[in-house]
Amino acid sequence: MLWTFSSDRPIYSQLIDKIEFLILSGNYKPGEKLPSVRDFADIASVNPNTMQKALAELERKGLVITQRTSGKFITSDANLINDLKVEKAQELCFSFFNEMKKIGYDEKNTIEFLNNLRKGD
Amino acid sequence: MDNNVSSNLQTLLECKGITKKYGPFTALNFTNLKIAKGRIIGLLGPNGSGKTTLIKLITGLLTPNSGEIKINGLVVGTETKKMVSYLPERTYLNSWMKVCDIIDFFADFYSDFSKERAYSMLSKLNINPKDKLKTMSKGTKEKVQLILVMSRNADLYILDEPIAGVDPAARDYILKTIISNYSENATIIICTHLISDIEQILDDFIFIQNGSLVMASSVDEVREVQGKSVDALFREVFKC
Repeated sequence: MLWTFSSDRPIYSQLIDKIEFLILSGNYKPGEKLPSVRDFADIASVNPNTMQKALAELERKGLVITQRTSGKFITSDANLINDLKVEKAQELCFSFFNEMKKIGYDEKNTIEFLNNLRKGD
Repeated sequence: MDNNVSSNLQTLLECKGITKKYGPFTALNFTNLKIAKGRIIGLLGPNGSGKTTLIKLITGLLTPNSGEIKINGLVVGTETKKMVSYLPERTYLNSWMKVCDIIDFFADFYSDFSKERAYSMLSKLNINPKDKLKTMSKGTKEKVQLILVMSRNADLYILDEPIAGVDPAARDYILKTIISNYSENATIIICTHLISDIEQILDDFIFIQNGSLVMASSVDEVREVQGKSVDALFREVFKC
């Protein structure tokens, strides 16, 4: 898997998004052990300090937990992961509605459009 | 004016008011600069801006006309040369030598050289240690040189154009090599024009122009505050 980064945002915040996505898509299971900061930095081809910063932020959010002697793990807290899922779904929808607005669909029209698309299947 | 990259960390390299003249031409006229331990720093600037001159002063290959450079608190000299592993932009190795002979040579020369690390990197890049340098392509030679430099356990690595001549796949491997082979306390200074290729491994960057320091900041800060990459900022600041 290739990790790519856009140029307009800090790399650590893009790493956070990416790792959150990997959790939600099931690539990293709840309770799963994460690679060490070094290995993880190597996998993503980023600076270890940057990876450390991203993991620290994920830890602050509670999604990643450090066990003192055995390393970092994904949280086993299903509620926390579910909250993240809702948050991400909201983000995706907002940006979708936003893009639709730019090409002339207001919210009502967009929803209508979606329903018609479904019926057409 | 102080230009301290990550000033809250322990200082590795300190430049105090250095100037370097070539005859009447002032190649470098620097205010103060501090570089911390454990960072990867991009030394960036247009052609002829003084990057290589600065590097040669840090490595002790040139002496400044005034001012002082200290590494780990010591003025640049014999002792500091042991702490610095330097990849020059041009090769200085004898082309008739085999890679394995050069490795022995380096191991004799530098007490911090790890043969094991060198051979493991060679095999990952499919380079035969029995090959002579002169039979290799430009890119392969560059890889060999980088392997030699990264196989030392130095405090400061200085890489002058480490990826210019190699293909994109090898470039990725080289960047990974750089990230995975330096210890947490070591600092790496990378001098290159291929900013977008190395941006994701940089902590900080330094812009220099006409021998003067233009800007020193962290990559994340530029992205956060200005919403653009260092590559884009470079194109803006040094627009021709």
